[in-house]
Amino acid sequence: MDRFRMIFQYFQSKSESVMNGICGLLALASVKMYTCFDFSCPCLPWYNMAYGLGIMFVPPIALFLCGLILNRQCLVMLDEWRRPQGRRKKDLAVIRYMCSSIMQRAMIAPVVWIVVTLLDGKCLICAFSSSMDPEKFVGFANTSLVQAQQLLAKVPCKDDELTRNNTSRKAVSRYLRCWSQALGWSILLILIVVAFLARWLRPCFDQATLLQARHWSNYIDMEQKIFEETCCEHSRLFAHKCILHFFQSMRQEIKLHSFNLPREGVGDEGEEDLLQGITDQDQVNKLLNMWYYEKPPL
Amino acid sequence: MDKFRMIFQFLQSNQESFMNGICGIMALASAQMYSAFDFNCPCLPHYNLAYGLGILLVPPLILFLLGFVLNNNISMLAEEWRRPQGQRGKDPAVLRYMFCSMAQRAMIAPVVWVSVTLLDGKCITCAFCTSVPVGALGNASHPGLSQREMKQVLARIPCKEIYNGQELIANEVAIRYLNCISQALGWCFVLLMTTLAFLVRSLRPCFTQAAFLKSRYWCHYIDIERKLFDETCAEHARSFAKVCIQQFFEGMSTDLAAARCHPPRKAPADVGEAAKKLLGITDRGTMNTALKSWHRCKPPLHLHPPILPSGNGWAGEGQPPTQPPAPRREMAAYYSRV
Repeated sequence: MDRFRMIFQYFQSKSESVMNGICGLLALASVKMYTCFDFSCPCLPWYNMAYGLGIMFVPPIALFLCGLILNRQCLVMLDEWRRPQGRRKKDLAVIRYMCSSIMQRAMIAPVVWIVVTLLDGKCLICAFSSSMDPEKFVGFANTSLVQAQQLLAKVPCKDDELTRNNTSRKAVSRYLRCWSQALGWSILLILIVVAFLARWLRPCFDQATLLQARHWSNYIDMEQKIFEETCCEHSRLFAHKCILHFFQSMRQEIKLHSFNLPREGVGDEGEEDLLQGITDQDQVNKLLNMWYYEKPPL
Repeated sequence: MDKFRMIFQFLQSNQESFMNGICGIMALASAQMYSAFDFNCPCLPHYNLAYGLGILLVPPLILFLLGFVLNNNISMLAEEWRRPQGQRGKDPAVLRYMFCSMAQRAMIAPVVWVSVTLLDGKCITCAFCTSVPVGALGNASHPGLSQREMKQVLARIPCKEIYNGQELIANEVAIRYLNCISQALGWCFVLLMTTLAFLVRSLRPCFTQAAFLKSRYWCHYIDIERKLFDETCAEHARSFAKVCIQQFFEGMSTDLAAARCHPPRKAPADVGEAAKKLLGITDRGTMNTALKSWHRCKPPLHLHPPILPSGNGWAGEGQPPTQPPAPRREMAAYYSRV
């Protein structure tokens, strides 16, 4: 019983830590994925915007969904939401609390991706280089509109023959990178301030409801874990009984059909017990055959 | 028994984590395999497509099958599917649950391979370089090239060292274009897969939770029953072997004593346990005979009940009257089933 209690306490205290750990790993994985990813802007007029914005927004959606999939609490919440009422009332505050905590954790990896993308700058340069005003940059001011578009589209590609050593290309690139990094740092600052305020101001509003919601959401989580553990324990005992019963029924059948009643000898009582009266190759084979062809009913 | 229980509980509660760990390892292995693989586009018109699509699609199939092979539960599924009905009904929902959970886990490594391949871009570049829109990206009016010759030139796009169509279409432009298409496909594929996984996981509690709980319970039950049965059989085999060997040694010792026409020496009372374990064999010759006999003529798989102390030492006493008395011949005991 002590061991059970230790295991359950471990699960209880660690449930939040496990979720936080998974969150952290996902955020690190998102940074790693970005650095491994070989960003290659197509440098073509319409493709640039699609590619740049696609790389900025599609992976965060995938990371968000991953965050929801990997979070066990999501299933618990959905279960609680969809269960028939039965004899236990449903508390919407608990469901809302669980939902908000799941969403907050799942949002971390996408936000990390977007911030890293903006701070790096390549995406924004790729997406918005064609939208720059050519008049602002010396190298592009005196060209026709179509040509200017083509040249601007090639700004993200340093090694292209048209833009190699082009100082205006570098100017556009620096300008866009500056905007991108400013945006990145601003988003980071805003999010940290919001998180700070939320955490500090929360006790001022409705602390009692929050404590209740947190308690009951932990309870629902623990209850489900314990139910699964009990089911496992139960199925193990069920299987144990079933197999013992099977061996005993085989032993009885053998007793019925043999002329040899096993004598109570002074031999190894313990071993005889374990043998369950099955002491012959054919008896064993018959037992194994029976087990395969006719499993005992449940 | 307590230890067994704890180990079982640990395995059971962690079986999901264990299987998830294996999935993660296979996914990492698949990414590592791709990076270790030396991709060599043939740069010939029809071979490119075959090679590129082959590298994109054949390893995932192999990884999927490997995922099934490495999963211990596949034999459990096969056994449950093929067993005769007997006294226990079969539940197709349980079989479906087992198959679905195995298939989901086996899908992870192939999906990782396809995503990494598409995001890297080399496969698509190799496979579709002959389909690049030359009109939009390059100089379509470049004279002197028939359709076939143009395809041959375009097929060399992935091989920068031998590419000779710079006037037709710049190599970097074509590669950037193809990479962009490949990466877009890759991210869309990743998004599609995560959306599917999310829907499968989250729609289940909304619809079939009760049936799911039942299937999961019985699936675990079948697994535990199989393991417990194997354990019980192993214990039985151990006891069987122990008694069989003991009876063999006793038989040998009694035979040798009878052959030498003197009663087996009684061990002095104070030697105790060790003397008992010697089973009456106390010199080299006897031991050698015992070992030879064990090698040449193993005893039959039939344990006779223990010999009563009032007997005169014949090994044949106590055997069922329907059997021939010699203990060394193989005996077939058949009990008819009614």
